[in-house]
Amino acid sequence: MSKPKVFEKPNGFKDYLPEAVSRLRAIELNVLACMRSWGYRQIITPTLEYYDTVGLASSTPNERLFKLLDKRGTTLVLRSEMTAPIARVVASLLKDEPLPLRLSHHSNVFRAIEEEAGKEAEFFQTGVELVGDGSAEADGEVVALSIACLKAAGVRDFKVALGHVGFLNGLLEAGLGGRPEEQQALKECLLKRDYVGYRHVLRSIDADERFKAELEAILRLRGGREICRDAERYAHSQAAQESLRHLCEVWDVLDAYGVNEHIVIDLTMFGNFSYYTGLIFEGYASTLGFPVLSGGRYDKLLATFGRPAAATGFALATNRIMEVAEDDVRERPHRVLVLYDRKHRAEAVRTAMELRNRPGFEVESRFVGENAANGLKVQGYDEVIRFL
Amino acid sequence: MPQDVLKVAMPKGRIYKQASDLFRKAGLPIPEDFDESRKLIIPLPEANMEFIMAKPADVPTYVEYGAADIGVVGKDVLLEESRGVYELIDLGIARCRMSVIGLPDWKPLMHPRVATKYPNIASRYFRERGQQVDVIKLNGSIELAPLVGLADRIVDLVETGRTIRENGLMELEKMFDVTSRLIANRVSYRMKNGPIQQLCDRLQAVIELGARNAAADGGHSKVLR
Repeated sequence: MSKPKVFEKPNGFKDYLPEAVSRLRAIELNVLACMRSWGYRQIITPTLEYYDTVGLASSTPNERLFKLLDKRGTTLVLRSEMTAPIARVVASLLKDEPLPLRLSHHSNVFRAIEEEAGKEAEFFQTGVELVGDGSAEADGEVVALSIACLKAAGVRDFKVALGHVGFLNGLLEAGLGGRPEEQQALKECLLKRDYVGYRHVLRSIDADERFKAELEAILRLRGGREICRDAERYAHSQAAQESLRHLCEVWDVLDAYGVNEHIVIDLTMFGNFSYYTGLIFEGYASTLGFPVLSGGRYDKLLATFGRPAAATGFALATNRIMEVAEDDVRERPHRVLVLYDRKHRAEAVRTAMELRNRPGFEVESRFVGENAANGLKVQGYDEVIRFL
Repeated sequence: MPQDVLKVAMPKGRIYKQASDLFRKAGLPIPEDFDESRKLIIPLPEANMEFIMAKPADVPTYVEYGAADIGVVGKDVLLEESRGVYELIDLGIARCRMSVIGLPDWKPLMHPRVATKYPNIASRYFRERGQQVDVIKLNGSIELAPLVGLADRIVDLVETGRTIRENGLMELEKMFDVTSRLIANRVSYRMKNGPIQQLCDRLQAVIELGARNAAADGGHSKVLR
């Protein structure tokens, strides 16, 4: 690559100008306030972590981590998500705090991207982790909170899809027990969202025809509460049945929260299989091509930091939400300009200071030289006060 | 509500005719003279759809970013582009294969060079086979490369093999079969689940019927013979 031009930034990194920042901040503050009102308290973790601890534990693929070396040659990573750092804190600094712990976070995270426009190498995530509660109540609470957060952020038309990794795992284990390669091949197709490939692999597998037909039929398991019932006939193994029961219970919890109009069940949704262990969910806004939130249960992660505990959580993609959020989440500020000359300085400054205490006021003061008073540009203010 | 219109990215050119025939058989009211139109966006209000006429290689991009909800695209493009989209159905149309092609007297070289329109597919293929090759990206007339010594082999789509034979080349290895696929955006697949599933079911029915008829035809002609 040629030497960067002076206006260029590394690929995938963005500047945010005042207008965008005020929108972004308004969304973040509303979302964090919503999380706080549900008892989730915010923590901050460092931008850099060790590759061998947080880097390896995170769900981000190795090739998408930004890595660097410290002075001693130890590999560091720029945090790629917040779940692994929080797991580290829960297992170390907070190790004597009784569970369950409810924590929230807001920060920029980094992912190395392919050379291409539109993908972001740095973006903002606001999320929660609920550590130490493996119940359907906890799953339901976190999903309900994610919906409350989307509403607080000003997203109007959205859906949250629920899936459960245990359902498919149970199905595959029952029908293809002891054949991990074939299970893996099927899972990889689903992870790549390649249903054509999935059907191809199914056809090539030597197994009971009825079982194969069932595995193909699960691709249609998307809809409302009825899906839990429809899926029952495929759930021959205990693991699959338990997953379904759990999913139904989460549905009932969400019913109590009164948010089921936003929920769809989607057993074709599969997250990262080695990371997620139970309920997973993803949120979609109608006018955006990428998910605005994702989350799920990860009961194995905390053990890698030495404090085994069930855990679930989610992260909102705050900067994506900014693109779809309705404007009324932010209050338009009242912008005031105070102009003054040397003679009226004390009076002008006192007035500005008073006005700054009023809610929603943004007050700039500007010293005007003795003869420049008329040539000043004073556009873009709601009010101009002159002490001249 | 205009929001509920299903936006379909259709590939201009070779695949379009076959795809629109298939969609028509599935009951979509696509006018016959449709493909002659020079318009880029074509509304289909009767079906509550809108066709976006795109370059085939760009179809997955439109769909990934949500500019189109679903799209029709060849497996070759999907493999080359690796986009985060759902691959829902094998439409079974525009059938061809991706192959390694060279001169009939081709022999392994110390520094092999492969010319192709599909640099990602070619690199991945040779790497998986433990071979290090230099891949040269060309934009068309790939067959020229081995004839003028730009590369010793090419990777390209083969439909009938006529172009290859006419240029004195030979198909050295078949890499994989290629057909067109119906793909969907991650969000649309959930937010517009109803119409997408309905379209899938109708297409699937037509495809299965076609396959059964072909099988029956085959049986029939055997009896006659």
